[in-house]
Amino acid sequence: MSGDATMQVSVWRSGDGKEGFQTFDAPRREHQTVLDVVTWIQQHADPSLAYRFACRVGMCGSCAMMVNGQPRWTCRTHVSRVLKDGRLEIAPLRNLPVIRDLATDMTPFFEKWVAAEAVFAPSESREAPMAPIKPDDPRRVAADAAIECINCAVCYAACDVVASNPEYLGPAALNRAWTLANDARDGGQKARLDAISKAGGCHNCHSMGNCMTFCPNELNPTASIAGLKRATVKAALGWGKG
Amino acid sequence: MKVRPHRGHPLWYAFMLHRTSGLLLALFLPVHFYVLAMALTGPDALDGFLALTASTPVKLAEWGLVFLLAVHFFGGLRLLALEFLPWSSRQKTFIAAATALAFLVSTTFFLSAA
Ligand code: SF4
Ligand code: SF4
Ligand code: FES
Repeated sequence: MSGDATMQVSVWRSGDGKEGFQTFDAPRREHQTVLDVVTWIQQHADPSLAYRFACRVGMCGSCAMMVNGQPRWTCRTHVSRVLKDGRLEIAPLRNLPVIRDLATDMTPFFEKWVAAEAVFAPSESREAPMAPIKPDDPRRVAADAAIECINCAVCYAACDVVASNPEYLGPAALNRAWTLANDARDGGQKARLDAISKAGGCHNCHSMGNCMTFCPNELNPTASIAGLKRATVKAALGWGKG
Repeated sequence: MKVRPHRGHPLWYAFMLHRTSGLLLALFLPVHFYVLAMALTGPDALDGFLALTASTPVKLAEWGLVFLLAVHFFGGLRLLALEFLPWSSRQKTFIAAATALAFLVSTTFFLSAA
């Protein structure tokens, strides 16, 4: 790639009473990520640009933004994969309040994890011996498939039910609740099942699969939520796993 | 209609098709009942109305109706399978199968009515 190729980048700006897209010409480089572009703009064009990142290697889940209308982890998204007609449009993550520019307030996202009882509830004290769980135990296998979540809220931004119903717990919190519903050591199953079957719970999901389409870790919240729906039906019919 | 970039994948289209067919069927139902009620309130008017069903545009509309019904039915079975059976990675195949079956059923109906 030649050294002086550029691309047009529209970046959402908000704060100080103004909001709208601002266009920058940024250099186009080989192997460049979207986060590299945002950082270039902040370092070379406008130091007042607000955005968030930490690890730059897809671990921390803090860098997600809307890129050309799709939610992406920007540190692992190569420009070459998302550039459209030589342009990029970068906006803050959908379905979350914006603090300023590209930085969203993730508080509602995490509050819903708590509301979904997506927290481990120990059933034994720390003195108890380690619980033996076989790697091929079906519940362990189900949890395994859903456990690598980095809390990036990409799925939350992709979900149209979250957009239309602010109470909906959303794919990430429910996915986490599903991993715990499959944890043999967990003692909070009843409270969790109640929390996820209330208004705004798993039954709001329309199985449209936006979450599984965009999860950067290729998790499948749609499948996890289907599992929760089955669990609530089993509980209602009195087939609970105790 | 422009499909926004975060949509536009097979599962979302299947969701949209299910929604739209459900809504259209719901709109059709009152008309359906109204025409059926004519059997009691005005049998002559009903006969006159039923004569219309021989015309091609009405036959096409019936094909559309049967398609909506079939696609909503098979799409509903697909959703039940998605939510009540263990997850299968063949969701796209199921969507294609539901849509193909709906075309098969509605077109068979159309041809046998023609
Ligand atoms: S499958 Fe459910 S949680 Fe995922 S995007 Fe669709 S409605 Fe939202
Ligand atoms: S489920 Fe995937 S998209 Fe959603 S927060 Fe976790 S890692 Fe991100
Ligand atoms: S900066 Fe940590 S995941 Fe992107």
